[in-house]
Amino acid sequence: MVALDDVSFSLTAGQTLAIFGPNGAGKTTLLKVLAGLIRPQAGSARVAGGRSAIGWIGHQSHLYGHLSVRENLLFWASLYGVPRAARGARATDVLARLSLTDRAEQPAWSLSRGLVQRAAIAKALIHDPQVLLLDEPFTGLDLAAAGELRSLLGALRGAGRVVVLATHNVDEGAELATDVAFQVRGRFVQYEPRGGRGPAEIADAYRRAVGETEGGRHA
Amino acid sequence: MRELWRQAWTIAHKDLTLEFRSRTAIVSALVFTALVLTVFNFGRDPTAVSTLDLAPSILWVTFTFAAMLALNRAFQLELENQALEGLLISPLDRRSLYWGKLLANLAFVVVVEAVGLPLFVLFFNVAVGHVLLPLLAVIALATVGFVAVGTLFSAMVVRTRFAELLLPVVLFPFLLLPLTYAVQATARLLAGRPLSEVAGWLRLLAAYDIVFVAVASWLFPYTVEE
Repeated sequence: MVALDDVSFSLTAGQTLAIFGPNGAGKTTLLKVLAGLIRPQAGSARVAGGRSAIGWIGHQSHLYGHLSVRENLLFWASLYGVPRAARGARATDVLARLSLTDRAEQPAWSLSRGLVQRAAIAKALIHDPQVLLLDEPFTGLDLAAAGELRSLLGALRGAGRVVVLATHNVDEGAELATDVAFQVRGRFVQYEPRGGRGPAEIADAYRRAVGETEGGRHA
Repeated sequence: MRELWRQAWTIAHKDLTLEFRSRTAIVSALVFTALVLTVFNFGRDPTAVSTLDLAPSILWVTFTFAAMLALNRAFQLELENQALEGLLISPLDRRSLYWGKLLANLAFVVVVEAVGLPLFVLFFNVAVGHVLLPLLAVIALATVGFVAVGTLFSAMVVRTRFAELLLPVVLFPFLLLPLTYAVQATARLLAGRPLSEVAGWLRLLAAYDIVFVAVASWLFPYTVEE
């Protein structure tokens, strides 16, 4: 079975690519290839700056339950090479941006699902990455937190960060995107700039693209 | 190289902090050590086999099985919230991950041995005072060897089903050599044999350590790739 087939794209500073696709389309696999977790059998993927430049938000938080939120951030900051003198201030800043300051000393195991997701986002931002790879980042967030995350991602895009966001929910990522791709069965069936399209238009285009591909396969 | 060690220390420090907070594995290992020594102490017939013949094997069986708890725990820690995935995405050098785990496992096993050795002396009434330094050298060299190999295998089996059962099965064949060397050296030391008789076993243990630490460091990055 081919997980990814003929996928090709490049992004520059300030671009946000939203990849929409049904479950099993290969979105997570694509992000793992970009992150260097999976080596493709053919072709290549390159992120400028290498692994140090990547911030990852996935299905799992990567947090250690018996460390506090701040200790988790300091641990990951150390692994990402943030200078020792800057780690504390960096953690404080990220905690404040994610509204986690009053939870900083709590062990990660004691956090609710939504707070864990916020802490995972804080962990992804601790080294101020140039490239953010987001796999269903809105999962577990309430409406307010999801809105905060959209604002944060918008600010990061404005600051020149590259964001690749994979989700099956068109409403969640459409507004953030500068570029939109529809991925079905490992292939990009459509990839183009978002232009002036709103979430409803993108959702229509997505349904058509998925329907045609899946319909064609079953015909 | 300095960055490699810095990252390794970061991993080891994190692992030891987690163990200090939860204390699950270390308490289990210490209780296990005390229980095994107690069972062997009361379960043997001192008139049938002399203590000196039996004691070295019991010491090393106890240390090996107690260490298994540490080795099983080493990468299980990283399955919580798939932290291992995060480590592999990060710029962490794979060798640093291995060395960090090795350092933490060694610290864990040394604590178990520091408690187990006095209990062993107490239960089996063996005099170790006059051979303490060479005995500690045997314990140190053997421990480095089997923990180095065990850390590698722990990473290999962690994503399999029944990892805790699988680890001893795949690991023990590789432990036969260092355990044989360690038992032989310990037996000679406890029997009061001259140190020259032990030197050869120590050299073999050192050679095993050098070879397997190098091989495990080289192979480890391949064991954690998806």
